[in-house]
Amino acid sequence: MVRERRAARDGRRAREFEAFVAGAGGRLLHAATLLTGEPTGDTEAAERLLTAALARTYARWDRLRGEDPYDHTRRTLAALFAHRGHRYRRPRGGTLARLTPQERLVLVLRLYEGVAEEQTAAALGLPVERVRAICTRAVTAMRSAAARRGTTGTRPSAGTPRSGGTSSSAGTTETTGSRAATDATGAGAEAGADAGAGAGAAP
Amino acid sequence: MSFPDRKETEVRRMLEGPHPALPPDLAGRAAERGRRMLHRHQVVCTIGWLLLLAAVVAFGVWAAIVEPWATPPPTDTTPPLEGW
Repeated sequence: MVRERRAARDGRRAREFEAFVAGAGGRLLHAATLLTGEPTGDTEAAERLLTAALARTYARWDRLRGEDPYDHTRRTLAALFAHRGHRYRRPRGGTLARLTPQERLVLVLRLYEGVAEEQTAAALGLPVERVRAICTRAVTAMRSAAARRGTTGTRPSAGTPRSGGTSSSAGTTETTGSRAATDATGAGAEAGADAGAGAGAAP
Repeated sequence: MSFPDRKETEVRRMLEGPHPALPPDLAGRAAERGRRMLHRHQVVCTIGWLLLLAAVVAFGVWAAIVEPWATPPPTDTTPPLEGW
């Protein structure tokens, strides 16, 4: 009796999980690939990361209690990546290969997945201003890389990290970007946003 | 207001890019690993409950044998004071 019920529950969970992965797996794998900074053709590390996150979702499937399994997997993926971030520091030639692991994580959560600033900050354990500063810095770095690629016509080599003139110019543009964000949010948040911009420019 | 939005849209378009192909066995591998995690979790839970049960039974047996609440009543006289 108990054994039959358990078998039925196992079967239902396996079917539901399979349907979930068939639907959301592609998008999740793309997010994982962006995080690990791998090119589209070679997604070994991203697959490993995603398998670990999906296994945790499977183990929790019966106790999700109405929570979206996609949200759970995304949060687990972000947590696992934040935990193992140092392994993915080496650039591998993907879209976000030039960014640091933290910048990649913020960019993927904020822009690719569309998670709100506050939720991103809560998930990463950072102040909201810091998340905003990191996002602005990452956007600036991505755009300058794209512009350079467009003007010179050559793909920048993935092996060189951002340094020297690039980083200083990124720093100044980030400051102006934060100023613009400060003006937009109004005078009330000015002190906080200024502190955030300062903290973002420090390292 | 639209200036940062435009920049973000531009980067968002960069992020969309071509999607990598999902390996067909990824769901199976993840489910297998998740099943093992779930099983391990259930085993740990069962062991914990059994330990708790054993502790409760052991305490009951000990209390029934020793009866620690049945202490002799306190004596109402102080011992004689000698040697002053």
